Amino acid sequence: MRPLIIITALILLSASLSAQTRVSGTVKDNKGHPLHGASIAIKNSYDGATTDSSGAFHFVTAEKGADTITITNIGYNPIEQPITLNGTPVVLHLALKEQLSELKAVTITAGAFSAGDSKRGAVLSSIDVATTAGSNADITAALKTLPGAQQVGEQEGLFIRGGAGYEAKQYIDGTLVNNPYYSSVPDIAQRGRFSPFLFKGTVFSTGGYSALYGQALSSVVLLESIDLPEKSEVDATISPIVVGLGTQQLAKNKQSSYGFSYNYVNALAYFKAVPQDVNYFEMPQYHNADANFRIRTKSGGMIKYYTTFSYNNLGLRRQDWDSLNMNDAFALTNHNWYNNLSWRDYLSNGWKFDLGAGYSTNLDNIGQNVQNLKNQNQTFPDSAFWMNYKNFGVDQRQDLTQVRAVFDKKLGTLSAIRFGTEYWYAYNYQKYRTIEYNIDTLYKFHDNFNSLFAESDIYLTNELAAKVGVRYEHSTVINKSDIAPRLSLAYRSGPEAQVSLAYGIFYQKPENSQLFFTQNVGFTKATHYIINYQKMTKDRTFRVEAYYKKYEDLIKTVPVNYFFSTYNNSGTGYAKGLELFWRDKKSIKNFDYWISYSYLDTKRNYLNYTTQLMPNFAATHTASIVMKRFFTKLRSGVNLTYTFATGRPYYNFILDSLNKYNLAESGKTKDFNSLNFSAEYVPSFANPKARTFVVLFASVSNILGYNAVYGYNFSYSGLYKQAITPPAKRFYFIGCFLSWGVDRSQDAINNNL
Amino acid sequence: MQKLMLAFALLIGLSCQAQSDKYVATMQKNITLLDSAKSIDQLQSLAATFERIGDAEKTQWLPYYYAALAQTWIGWNPDTKDKDANSTKINAYLAKAEAIEKNAETYAVANMSATQQMLVDPQNRWMTNGKDASEALQKGLAIDPNNPRLYYLQGMSLFGTPPQFGGGKDKAKPLFEKSVALFKAAQPKPLYPTWGQKQAEDMLAKCQ
Repeated sequence: MRPLIIITALILLSASLSAQTRVSGTVKDNKGHPLHGASIAIKNSYDGATTDSSGAFHFVTAEKGADTITITNIGYNPIEQPITLNGTPVVLHLALKEQLSELKAVTITAGAFSAGDSKRGAVLSSIDVATTAGSNADITAALKTLPGAQQVGEQEGLFIRGGAGYEAKQYIDGTLVNNPYYSSVPDIAQRGRFSPFLFKGTVFSTGGYSALYGQALSSVVLLESIDLPEKSEVDATISPIVVGLGTQQLAKNKQSSYGFSYNYVNALAYFKAVPQDVNYFEMPQYHNADANFRIRTKSGGMIKYYTTFSYNNLGLRRQDWDSLNMNDAFALTNHNWYNNLSWRDYLSNGWKFDLGAGYSTNLDNIGQNVQNLKNQNQTFPDSAFWMNYKNFGVDQRQDLTQVRAVFDKKLGTLSAIRFGTEYWYAYNYQKYRTIEYNIDTLYKFHDNFNSLFAESDIYLTNELAAKVGVRYEHSTVINKSDIAPRLSLAYRSGPEAQVSLAYGIFYQKPENSQLFFTQNVGFTKATHYIINYQKMTKDRTFRVEAYYKKYEDLIKTVPVNYFFSTYNNSGTGYAKGLELFWRDKKSIKNFDYWISYSYLDTKRNYLNYTTQLMPNFAATHTASIVMKRFFTKLRSGVNLTYTFATGRPYYNFILDSLNKYNLAESGKTKDFNSLNFSAEYVPSFANPKARTFVVLFASVSNILGYNAVYGYNFSYSGLYKQAITPPAKRFYFIGCFLSWGVDRSQDAINNNL
Repeated sequence: MQKLMLAFALLIGLSCQAQSDKYVATMQKNITLLDSAKSIDQLQSLAATFERIGDAEKTQWLPYYYAALAQTWIGWNPDTKDKDANSTKINAYLAKAEAIEKNAETYAVANMSATQQMLVDPQNRWMTNGKDASEALQKGLAIDPNNPRLYYLQGMSLFGTPPQFGGGKDKAKPLFEKSVALFKAAQPKPLYPTWGQKQAEDMLAKCQ
C-alpha cells in the first residue's frame, strides 16, 4: 500500500511536470502603441518572455495551477494579474500605463531661462558668464545677451521687455537683494556686486514668473548659491585693476566648509594707460571682503551663510551741459553690507522647507558741485536756479531685514504643492542738502511688507503640466494690499519640443525716491501673457516667444515746481514683442554660439511723459551673437560677442509756467553696435596633476571703436543737448587667476572638450 | 509511517536538489547564450530571463548581475539611442544584485553604466557620470585588488582619454598587461563572470 502511495505521488508529480501551458499575447501602452522589450514573468518561476517590436510575446511554462503573472517595463507602472495554468493556451492582451517621470516630463519654459550648471534646460553656466566676451564676468552683462534684455549702457540694471531697470529684481537663495549693483554714478552703468562663481544655478525670468516671488513688474533673476566646494583651495587674482586673495576650506568629512576673500580695485594705473573722457579727481577704488560657511545636514539639507562688505569711493568731473566752461564734479562714497542665511531641509513624507533670512544696509554719501575750469565750486544767483539745482549733497541709507519660509510637499511623483510667507522690514532714509541755502531736508520711511503665497505643480501626464499660484502682498508704507494670480501651462508637442503658456499679474511698490515725497500712492501693476515654443536637444536649443504686457497704475510725476514733485498712479502702458533664441554647440567642434533677437513694441505714459511714448530705454530691434571657440592644443579659447540695437528714443520735457511738462524735443539715437573680444589661456589645462591652476584672461570691449550714444542731456533752455556716451570707447582687461589645491582644469575640460 | 516520512523527505530533498540543479543548468545555459548573443533583442531577452531567475531565486546575486551585464552590452551597441534610459535599467538590476551582495564584479558593471552615460556628453558629464565611473572602479579595487576586469576597464578609460588630458596608449598599456596577467591566473568559481580576457588581449595588442 505504502509504495503504491509513493508511486502515485511520483506519477502525479511527473504528470504535473509534463503538462505545459503556452502563454502568449501582446503588451501595449495606454495609447495602444506596442511596447518593445517589456518583460512578462510567472511570479517565482524562471518562465517568461520579453516582447518583440510588435509588442507580442509567447512562452511555454511547466508551472501549474493558479499563479500570478507580472508585466514590467522601465518607465511604466508594473502590473500583476492572476493566471490559471492548466495546459490550455492562455492569450493575454495587456496595457501598461506610463509613469510620470522627472526626466520625461514637460517643464514650464514660458518666460524663463534656466541657467545652471547641472540643471536640465540650462542655458548659461557660470563658465559661460565668464567667457561671454563683453561680460567681464558680470552676470547682468551676460544675461543681456539673451532675448528680452535691452542694451542700456548708461545705467545699471536689466531692462526687460519694455520694463525699467528697477522693475527687475534679483533674489539669492530666495531672499531679495536690495542693492544688487554698485551705487549709481550718473550716465555710467555699474557692475553687479556678486561673482557668477558664487552660484550653481540661475533662473532668468523675462516674465510670467512664479507666485513665490513678487515686487518686480517685469523680471526676476533667481540666483542659487553653490553648496559645498569640491576641495579646499586658495585663490588669487592679479591684474592692473584688481588684486584679490581668498580661500575655501572644506572639512575632512566633506560635510561643511568655510571661506573668505578680499579684493581691492583701483583704477589709477588703468586710467593712466587708457584716457577717459571724464576727469577722475578721485580714482575709483573698491574694497570688497566676503565670508561664508556652509553645512550639510544629516538629512541632506544645507545651511548656508554668506556675507559681503564693500567700501568704495570715486570722484569725477564731467562737462556741464548748461555752461561749456563749467564742470559738474560728482563724488560718491558707498558702504554696503549684505548678509544671507538660508536653510533648506527635507522632512519625512515628501515635505521640504526653505527658510531664509537676510539683512543688508547700504549707505551712500554723494556730493555734486558745479565748478569752473579751475575746479572751484560755483554758486549762482536765484535767476539761474537750475544751476543751483546741480549743487547738492545726499546722504542716503537703505536697510532691509527679511525672513522667508517656504514649505513644499510632493504629491505623487512630480506634482507638488508649496506655500509660504515672507516679511520685509525696510528702513529708508535720505538727507538732501541744498548747498546754496545750506538747507537740509530729511526724508525717511519704514515699510513692513508681508506676503503669503501658494503654488501647485500639477502633472496630468508626462505631456501636460500646469503651475497654478496666487500671491497676497501688503505694504504698510502705502497701506495697500494686492492679490496676484499666476498660471502657466506646458504641453509637449513632439519629441524635445514643447509649447508653454504663462499668465500673471505682478505688482510693485513705488520707488523710494517717490515714497519720500508721497505715500498716498498704490502698487504699480503689470499683466503678462506669454506663449513660448521650445525645441531643445542636448546641444541645440531653439526658442521663440511672443508676449503682451499691460501696464496699469504706473507712477506719474505731478510737478509742484522745478525742485519739487509729488506722484500718483495714473500712468499706463503696454509692451508686446517677439523673441528668438538659438544656441548650437554641435555643428562645429569646439565651437559654441548663440543668437538672440528681440522685437519690442512698447509705450508708456509714466513719470514726466506727456503722453504714451516709447520709453528712452527701449529699442525696437535688439540682436546678439555670442561665439566661443576653444583650441584644445593651444589650451586657449577666444570669444566674440557682437551686439546690435536700433536707436532708442530721447525726449526733452520742459516744465512750463503752469507747472506742466511739454515735450520740447524728441528724436532717436543712432543704432548701437558693439563687438567685444576676450581670450583665455589655461596653461595647466592639459595637466590634471598641476597643483597650481592658472588662467590668463584678456578682453577688449568695443574693439571696432564704435561711438555709442545712449541718449542726451538737455540744457535748461533746451537749446543745447549733450550726448551721453561711455567714458571711454573701449574697455581693456587683463588678469591672471591662480588657484592652488584644486583641479579646476576639470571645469575647463567640462566645458571645452 | 516512518517510511512515508522518509519518502517525503527524500522527495523534498530531491526536488530541492532538482531546484538547485535547475538553477545551475539554467544559469549555465543562459550565460553561454549571453557569451554569443549579438543583437539587442537577444540581449534584452536574456536580461529579462536573468531577472526572472533572480526574482525566483531571491538570494542569488549572479542572475541580477548577468541581467545588468546583458543590459550593459546593449548600452555599448551604437544602435542604442537612449543611453540614460538603458543605464537606468542597468542600475536597477545592479541595485537588486547589490542588495544581496556588493562586490568587485557589480562595481565593474557600475563603471560601464556610468561610462556609457558620460560618453553621451563628455564635456558636461565628466564631473558627474565620469566621477561615478572612476569611483566605482576605486571601490571595486578596494574589495578585490586582483580583479582582472577592473584593470581592463581602467585601461579602457585611459585609452579613450586624449594624451593631453593624461590618458593615451602609454598610460593604458600597463593596465592591460596587468589585466591579462590576472586573467591567466584567475580561477573563477562556477557561474562567476569570466568575460574580458579576449578584450584585454586585443587592447594590449593595440597598445603595442
